[in-house]
Amino acid sequence: MAKSSSVLIKRYTASDRLNHWTVAITFMLLALSGLALFHPAFFFLTHLFGGGPWTRILHPFAGVLLFAGFVGMMLRFWKLNRITDDDRQWLRQVGDVIRNREDRLPPVGHYNAGQKYLFWTMVVCIPLLLLTGVLVWRPYFAPLMPIFAVRLAVLLHAVAAFVIIAGIVVHIYAAIWVQGSVRAMTRGTVTRAWAKQHHPAWYREITK
Amino acid sequence: MALQTLDIQRRSATTTPSPGVRQTTEVAKLIDISKCIGCKACQTACMEWNDIRDEVGSNAGTYDNPRDLTENSWTVMRYSEVEVEQGKLEWLIRKDGCMHCADPGCLKACPSPGAIIQHGNGIVDFQQANCIGCGYCIAGCPFNVPRISRKDNKAYKCTLCSDRVGVGMEPACVKTCPTGAIVFGSKTDMIQHAEARIVDLKERGYAKAGLYDPQGVGGTHVMYVLQHADQPELYHGLPRDPAISPMVSLWKGVTKPLMSLGLGLVALAGFFHYVTVGPNEVGDEEEEV
Amino acid sequence: MTNHWVDIKNANVIVIMGGNAAEAHPCGFKWVTEAKAHNKARLIVVDPRFTRSAAVSDYYAPIRPGSDIAFLGGMINYLLTHDKIQHEYVRKYSDATFLVHGDYDFGDGLFSGYDEEKRSYDKTSWSYQKGADGFVLTDETLQNPRCVFNLMKQHYSRYTPEMVSRITGTPKEQFLKVCEMIAETAAPNKTTTFLYALGWTQHSVGSQNIRTMAMIQILLGNMGMAGGGINALRGHSNIQGLTDLGLLSNMLPGYLTLAGEKEQDFAAFLDKRALKPLRPGQMSYWQNYPKFHVSLMKSWYGDAATRENNWCYDWLPKLDKVYDVLQVFELMHQGKMNGYFAQGFNPLASFPDKAKIGAALARLKYLVVIDPLATETSEFWKNFGEFNDVDPSGIQTEVFRLPSTCFAEEEGSLVSSSRVLQWHYKGADAPGEARNDAEIMAGLFLRLREMYRQEGGAFPDAILGTTWPYRIPESPSPEELARELNGKALTDLVDPKDPAKVLAKAGEQLGSFALLRDDGSTASGCWIFSGSWTQAGNLMARRDNADPSGLGNTPDWAYAWPANRRIIYNRASCDPSGKPWDPKRKVIAWNAKEGKWLGMDVPDMRPDAAPEENVGPFIMNPEGVARLFAVDKMAEGPFPEHYEPFETPIDTNPLHPRVVSNPAARVFKGDMDAFGKAAEFPYVGTTYRLTEHFHYWTKHAKLNAILQPEQFVEIGEDLARAKGISAGDRIKVSSNRGHIVAVAVVTKRIRMLDVDGRKVHTVGIPIHWGFKGVARNGYLANTLTPFVGDANTQTPEFKSFLVNIEKA
Repeated sequence: MAKSSSVLIKRYTASDRLNHWTVAITFMLLALSGLALFHPAFFFLTHLFGGGPWTRILHPFAGVLLFAGFVGMMLRFWKLNRITDDDRQWLRQVGDVIRNREDRLPPVGHYNAGQKYLFWTMVVCIPLLLLTGVLVWRPYFAPLMPIFAVRLAVLLHAVAAFVIIAGIVVHIYAAIWVQGSVRAMTRGTVTRAWAKQHHPAWYREITK
Repeated sequence: MALQTLDIQRRSATTTPSPGVRQTTEVAKLIDISKCIGCKACQTACMEWNDIRDEVGSNAGTYDNPRDLTENSWTVMRYSEVEVEQGKLEWLIRKDGCMHCADPGCLKACPSPGAIIQHGNGIVDFQQANCIGCGYCIAGCPFNVPRISRKDNKAYKCTLCSDRVGVGMEPACVKTCPTGAIVFGSKTDMIQHAEARIVDLKERGYAKAGLYDPQGVGGTHVMYVLQHADQPELYHGLPRDPAISPMVSLWKGVTKPLMSLGLGLVALAGFFHYVTVGPNEVGDEEEEV
Repeated sequence: MTNHWVDIKNANVIVIMGGNAAEAHPCGFKWVTEAKAHNKARLIVVDPRFTRSAAVSDYYAPIRPGSDIAFLGGMINYLLTHDKIQHEYVRKYSDATFLVHGDYDFGDGLFSGYDEEKRSYDKTSWSYQKGADGFVLTDETLQNPRCVFNLMKQHYSRYTPEMVSRITGTPKEQFLKVCEMIAETAAPNKTTTFLYALGWTQHSVGSQNIRTMAMIQILLGNMGMAGGGINALRGHSNIQGLTDLGLLSNMLPGYLTLAGEKEQDFAAFLDKRALKPLRPGQMSYWQNYPKFHVSLMKSWYGDAATRENNWCYDWLPKLDKVYDVLQVFELMHQGKMNGYFAQGFNPLASFPDKAKIGAALARLKYLVVIDPLATETSEFWKNFGEFNDVDPSGIQTEVFRLPSTCFAEEEGSLVSSSRVLQWHYKGADAPGEARNDAEIMAGLFLRLREMYRQEGGAFPDAILGTTWPYRIPESPSPEELARELNGKALTDLVDPKDPAKVLAKAGEQLGSFALLRDDGSTASGCWIFSGSWTQAGNLMARRDNADPSGLGNTPDWAYAWPANRRIIYNRASCDPSGKPWDPKRKVIAWNAKEGKWLGMDVPDMRPDAAPEENVGPFIMNPEGVARLFAVDKMAEGPFPEHYEPFETPIDTNPLHPRVVSNPAARVFKGDMDAFGKAAEFPYVGTTYRLTEHFHYWTKHAKLNAILQPEQFVEIGEDLARAKGISAGDRIKVSSNRGHIVAVAVVTKRIRMLDVDGRKVHTVGIPIHWGFKGVARNGYLANTLTPFVGDANTQTPEFKSFLVNIEKA
C-alpha cells in the first residue's frame, strides 16, 4: 500500500512487466514477420529474420510463445478488464478523450475503456490467430488439413492480424501520448499525479 | 521458339509489371484422354528428365502409382472406371499435374517475390531458390497440384519442362508419349488440333466430346480432350468450373492493399494527433502535491 | 508379322484379341492410333479383361479365357452363312477348291486316325486327293462335298452364335456385333488386322487359336494386303531374332529343322523337306531347301563339310523326341540331367509350376546362369521366407553365375516383330567383369574344344570341326557374326544362264539367298538373313525413313527378311490378273510392258511370273495357295476345334462332352494328377503382363518399381462382394500346385460370365514379381500355373487354369 506522502505508486509488479514484455517482444517479431509475408511491400522485413525461409520457420514458434505469454496476462488482468457502464459512457465521449479533456469523462479505474476493449480484442484475436496459424503451419500441420480449412484459415489469420496490429499501434501511441505511462511498464510505478489524472477511480481506491 | 520464351511476364509478390514488350507465343500441352493408354511412360520421362525419384510405394488396390502427386512425382495417371451409358464400361485415364493456368492461383497466393513466375509463353514455374516453404501456393491452387518437399521444404510441381521448351524442345512427357496422346505447340494450334479430335470423337459416338480449357482460371496451358466434356468430374474429379477460391482472392486481393493502407493510416493518425492535439501530460500543479 | 508395325495404320478394322497391344506394346500401338486418326479405323478388343487396350477401343467384348477358337470358329460360321467372304480371293488363293482324302473325318471331338494310347494322330487321312499326275484334285465350282470349302463349312456349322455364347460367355449380341464389324472388311478394298500375342499362344490350343484367325484372314482376302496380314506382336525386342536363328531344340537357323533319329539317310532327309509342288506351275520355294542346308553346314563346318561326308550330316544330332523346355524340366525333375545352362532365361520364374521347376533344379549337379541380373533361378536354392521357402542345406546343386551385358551395353542387330533387322549401337559400357554373350560362349567353346583336343572324348569331331574364324577367338564381334549369318561365296559363283557372268567372286558377301547353292560353293549361317550384310555393307544400319508410297513401307530403313520384303505374300494384294484389289493400297502390280512385278515392295513372287502362269501367291506352300485345311501340319487336326483348357471351369466341352481338352497335347505322368477340378478351384486364373514392367527384369529397375511397386491380383466386383474382399485387402490365390498372396484390385473391368449355365469368375494375375530386385518382394505367379503346353509348340498354358481365392 502506497503511502500518501510517497510520490510514486506501484502499478505493475516485476512479474507483470516480465509477462507484458515477453508478449510485446514476441508480438513485434510476429507483426514484422507476418507483415513480411503479407504484402510484398513488407517482404524486405524478412531480412530481419535471416531471410524468407527463416521468417516462415520462426513466425509460428514466436506465435506459440506469444500465446503462452498472453494466457498469463489474461489470467492476471481478466478481472480488471470487466466492462462497466462508466466504460460505455467513456466510449461515447471518445471525442473528449482524443482532445485530452479527461475532466469531462467518468472517473476511470485501473484501466480505461480503450485499454479494456483492446484487452478483449486480444482475447478474441490471439487464440484465433493461434488456431488459424496451426492450420497453415508447414511442414507440421497444414499437410493434414483439408484445403477448405487452410484457405479459410489464411483469410481469418490475415483479418485477425490486421485488427490486432491496428489495436497495438493505438496502444503504443497511447503510451506515448499519455505521458508518464511508459514507466508503468518499465519501472512498475506511476506518479500520484498521473494516477489521479488518468485513473482517478483507481487512485481513490488505492489511497483509501 | 527461342530463349525469349523464358521472358517473365508475371512474378509472385511483385506489384509492378514485369517486362512485357516482347510478344511471345503462348504454348500449350494438349492431353487427348481418348488416346491415352495409361502406360505411364510420361511419368517415367518426367522422373528421368527432372532427376526425381519417388519412393517404391505399395499397392492400394488400384493401378494408380505413385498414389498421388508428390514433390518427386510431378505427374501421375488417374484411373477411373465409369459407366456413362448403362452397361458400357469406360476406363478413363487422366494424366494429372500442373495445368499452367493463365491466372495462376499459386502465383497469386505466393508471398515470396519471384518464387513463382509466369513465362511469356504461359508456363508457370516455381523457382525453388526463392521459395520459403509457406505452402500458400497449395492454398491458392484450384487443382491441388503443388507439393512441399519433406526434404527441403520447397514447393515443387510440373515445370512444363520450361528448360526444354526454352531451347525449342517439347516437354519430356510429350516426347515420350507412344500414342501421341500428348501433343505440344502454340495454344492456337493445340486448340485447332483438339477441334479435329473432337469431330472424330463425335463421329465415334461421343456426342459430348469437348475441350477442357477452363475459363475460370483464364484458360490453361495444359488442356484436355475429354470424351465427356459435360462431366469433367468423371475424370477422377477434374473440377467442372475451377477458379481461384474466393477466400484466396479476398485474402490476396483487396485485403492486401486495404489492410496495409489501414495500418499505415492508423499510425499516421497517431502521429497527426500528437502534432495537433499533443501529448496528454500531467499538470505541473498536480505533480507538486 | 506377315506385315509390319507401321502397316497397322492402313487397316480399317483392328482387332486386339489374344493380346493387349496398348499395354504390352505401347510403342507399336501408336500405329493403331494412327489408323484411328487418319483412316477412321475401328478398334475392337476381345479379352477376358477390360484392358488398357480396351480403354481406347471402339468396341469391347468380354470372353472367357481359353475359348477363342469357339469365338473365331463362330466368326467363320458367320462369314460363311452371311456370305461375307471375298469369293475370288478364296477360290484362287486358298485351298478351298481342293478335294480332301476320302478317309478324312471328324466326329465327336476327334479327327480320323486318333490313337488314344499315344495321345496322337495317324495323319494319313489328313491330306488332299491326288490325281494320276501327282497333283491335287480340285473343284472350281465348290460343289464337291469333299472340297475343303464344304468340309470347313460343315465343320463350323456347329459354331452357332448360341453355341459360341454358351462356350465363351460372350453375350450373343456382342459376339454378333464383332462379327458384323469384321465382316465388312470382306470387301476387296477393306482390311482387318488382328494383333495378338501370348494371349493366344499360351494355351494348350495356342497354335490353333492363331490358325483360326488366319483362316478368317484368308476368307476376308486380307493376306498380302497393306493393312491386313497375320501379325504376332513379339514380346521381346529380339524374340523374332531368336526364332529366326532357330534357338529351339528341334530347329536350325532360318526355320530349317533338325533330323529325327529315324532320318539317318541324308538324301531322304532333304527330299522330305524339299517339297515338290502340289499344283502345276507352283514355286514351292522349299524346293531350295538343300541350298539353305548345305550353305549352313559350310558356314558351320567349313572345309570339313564335303559332298562326300554329306556336308557333315552325321555330325548333327538326331532327335528321338522334342526337347522343349517342358520336356527338359521333366527330365531334370526325374533326375536324368546333370547340368543346365540358363542363358538370358529365368526358368524358375518363367515356367509353370514353380515348385516342380525348383525341385528339378535341385536335382542338378550344376547350374550355369548367364544373365546381367541376379535372377530368381540363380538364387533358387536360397530361402526367401514365404516367397521361396526352401532348405538350402538340402540342395547340392552348384550354381555358377556368369554376368553378361544387357542389350544397351552391346552392339548388334535386333529383329523386330516386323522381321526388320535393325542395327543398334552400344549405349554404355557394361559394369564390372560382365562380358557379352558371344564372349561367354566363345570362352566356354574354346575351353571345351581344348579339352576335346587333349583328352579326346566320345565324339570330338563336331566340336573340333566347327569353324571359328573370328579375329579375336575369345571375342567374336557382332560385325563378324552378322557377316557370317548373311553368308559369302566360297568360290566364284557363275551365272548358270551365262557362264561368262560371275555373280559373286570368291570371298564376297552374298547379295541374296537366291545365290545360295547346294554344291558347297556358298556359306550362310541363316539363309533368311542373306542380303542383310552384302558387298554394299551393313544394310541393317540404314536409317532412311523415306516413305514414297505413303503406306509406311520405308524400304531403305534397316533390312527386312526375306529379301527386304516388308509385306509377305504381297502377290495376294492383286487379283489374279495382277491388278491391285484396292488401288489405294497398291503394294505391287503386274507391269505387262516390262513383263515384271513392280511396286513399292519387293514382290513375293518370281519377278517375271506373268499372271497367266497362275503361280500362286503363297510360294512357300507346295500348293501355291493358303491352307484352310492344314493337312498334316498341326498335331490336333486340320481344322481348329474348340477344346477346353486342361483345367476347365465347366468340367465339360459343350461341343463334345466326351473329348473335353486337346486330345493331342502332351501331358507328363504326374502332371495330369496335378490338374485341379472346378469343384475345388472354381475360378479361372489367367496370368499376364503390365505395361509398367517387362517380365522379371524391370523389378530390378527403380523407375519401374516406383510405377508398379507391389504384387496384386485383379478380381471382379461380384466375386469381391461374394468373398467379402475390398480393394487393398491381401488375398490368397491357390491352385492345385501352390498359392500366392497379393493385394486385391477390385474392378468393374473383369466381368462375371455365363458359361454353359454356370457363373464363371476370372482372377487376373500379373506376373512381374519375385524375390529379387528393388520392387517389393512377392510370389512367383507361376507357382500356380499348370505344366502342360500347346500340342505343337509346347508353349505352356499360362492363360487359363483354375484357382480359388480367400482373404489372407
